[in-house]
Amino acid sequence: MSDKAIPDEARPALQARAKLDELEAANIGAGSGKIATNIMHFARVLRSAGLPVGPGKVIEGIKAVETIGLDSRDDFYWALHAVFVNRRDQREIFDQAFHVFWRNPKLLERMAQLVLPSFVDPEAQQQAEEMNRRLAEALKQNPPDMPGEGEGTGEEEDPDVTVDAVMTWSANEVLQETDFEKMSREELEAAKRAIARMRLPIMEVPTRRFKRDMRGNRIDMRATLRAAMRGGGGAIPLQYRKRKRRHPPLVVLCDISGSMSRYSRMVLHFMHAITNDRDRVHTFLFGTRLTNVTRQLRYKDVDEALDKVGEAVDDWSGGTRIGHSLHDFNTNWSRRVLGQGAVVLFISDGLDRDAADGLEDEIERLHMSCRRLIWLNPLLRYDRYEPKSLGAQALLPHVDEFRSIHNLESLDQLSEILTKPAPDKGFGTNPWQEAAA
Amino acid sequence: MSTLPENVEGTLELLGKANYVSDRSLATAVHLSLQLGRPLFLEGEAGVGKTEIAKVLSETLGRKLVRLQCYEGLDVASAVYEWNYSAQMIEIRMAEAEGVSDRDRLGDDIFSDHFLIRRPLLQALEPSDGGAPVLLIDELDRTDEAFEAYLLEVLSDFQITIPEIGTISAENPPIVIITSNRTREIHDALKRRCFYYWVDYPDAERELEILSLKAPQADEKLSRMVVEFVQRLREMDLFKVPGIAETIDWASALHQLDIIELTPEAIDDTLGVLLKYQDDIAKIRGSEAAKILDEVKSEIATAQRASA
Repeated sequence: MSDKAIPDEARPALQARAKLDELEAANIGAGSGKIATNIMHFARVLRSAGLPVGPGKVIEGIKAVETIGLDSRDDFYWALHAVFVNRRDQREIFDQAFHVFWRNPKLLERMAQLVLPSFVDPEAQQQAEEMNRRLAEALKQNPPDMPGEGEGTGEEEDPDVTVDAVMTWSANEVLQETDFEKMSREELEAAKRAIARMRLPIMEVPTRRFKRDMRGNRIDMRATLRAAMRGGGGAIPLQYRKRKRRHPPLVVLCDISGSMSRYSRMVLHFMHAITNDRDRVHTFLFGTRLTNVTRQLRYKDVDEALDKVGEAVDDWSGGTRIGHSLHDFNTNWSRRVLGQGAVVLFISDGLDRDAADGLEDEIERLHMSCRRLIWLNPLLRYDRYEPKSLGAQALLPHVDEFRSIHNLESLDQLSEILTKPAPDKGFGTNPWQEAAA
Repeated sequence: MSTLPENVEGTLELLGKANYVSDRSLATAVHLSLQLGRPLFLEGEAGVGKTEIAKVLSETLGRKLVRLQCYEGLDVASAVYEWNYSAQMIEIRMAEAEGVSDRDRLGDDIFSDHFLIRRPLLQALEPSDGGAPVLLIDELDRTDEAFEAYLLEVLSDFQITIPEIGTISAENPPIVIITSNRTREIHDALKRRCFYYWVDYPDAERELEILSLKAPQADEKLSRMVVEFVQRLREMDLFKVPGIAETIDWASALHQLDIIELTPEAIDDTLGVLLKYQDDIAKIRGSEAAKILDEVKSEIATAQRASA
């Protein structure tokens, strides 16, 4: 993660001093007007990067900086931090944005130079490479007003030049073991849209709570009596209520073995989006062992979340021991996360290194512990794949639903396949169950 | 009103008075909770004696026990208070018949204390004989987050607001014991307000002590074997290992069947008392049980030789 590349404490003190001098030199004489303008630009960068920073915050930010003065870079940092950050997960973006924006007033100029290979400054390039892609986009839209530059030179920097530079740094699609490509803002929004559209086959179940509803089927005595009092006690207009409905908890168990590796990024984005979309979601990854990544995926920022997941999991793209991992889940987690009638989404291709040893018992135990077990299989290679592997044969008879998808490539596809209504029960056997028989 | 113990020893003694064998660590948590007036949050597997603590405290301190059993969908009407609607309806009809048309008066009448049905949380805030009651909030993990959030308010101020009446606050805050089986995580905000303790399975010595108090009729030698056997089962890879409650049940069951020494057959016949999942029973029954029993016997023999 890029924030680690530039932690405040780790930076040599000398360097920090130099930057501070630069910052001051840039602003002395320019008066508070210049710094105010820059705070405004900085706020716009943050806003574009997804932080909820409104105009009110800009004014507060300027006031805060006026109050603490510009004597220390740290004070300056924390003053802006106090104003612009209001949740734990926004800190990373702020930190990066701050260092990129305030480090060097001529930053944009240096960024522009990146398109000319002969002028590439290795240090600058490294910083740039590590920069959050969304932040880069935001900077592109809101170039800082260069303090200390000649009139208007800052504005003359061609934003398009930086776009090219952005492309040269990080638009590679190669998925490495734990290093996920950063998500762009469009991707993020597309993902949110896809998740919002998605309807799980069991979306909502009735709870034991009630809410007022005039078309409800039960009398709400409390509301009725209140209404009667309002009317003076003469007539008693009946008020009704009905059961509240709520989606059941969701547990996602996802295979991250070698054969599934091409889907990892997409599935993780899905898991991140759904974890942050609703409450009561638990997410687990397994290859040769089981890892609970719920906490890591709760980071609102998807890139940060995936970095944390990358750190937490150490069996990426290895073998699969489905039976072993499920056993681990059943003994250590099932009672903790399946308590309230959870729906389990099991994402795996069913290819098992242990040749399905002990798998059947474990999947049946899982099946009995949850409300509904949905197996999502991103079928491999060719269209006429049939679940012939030992793992798949062991799994099939024990799942409530089997959903497959060819060439799982987008969240759209994934949410579409999950939205399809559940097959009718009692309508003969499903083709996949016949296949398993 | 009995006084609260002054130190951890006192608390340990207090629990012991009601035959509750406790670790010093647990006694410390209980003591802190009693002295500082903060809820005690007990988490642990089923059957380790979490609920028992509240019962024991209520018994030894002579306080009333108010129990709130949680379940999914628990709401204010069943946890805090409810109006007695049928009585209210009758009251309205009566007023009508008498020709009372003063709305305010009627309102005050039917939303008065008289028509209020008190549920556990409200009961716990009311003064009772012998001092503030012990409030047991059992299996909090079964309820939903909404109720948990409501509880947060009650537990920090010990007051409840009823819109029609006003705010009711406790003169003496109750002793609050919250238990959870961890079928889901309880929010940190609630945990932060409590003293937390994880109730674990006891070691062999302590379990034997518990057994001698809770199932005194069982033969001492048998009890020892039972404890050793159960201790070994807990180390095995089972879906649900037996708790202390199961140990006590098993010892009583064996006694009932006039079994004075464990044999593989006796174990097979009564295994259902200890293990509650078919997979687990199938795994242990027969050769596995016999193997464990052999180990237990040889260990007890070695221990006896050593002490002799």
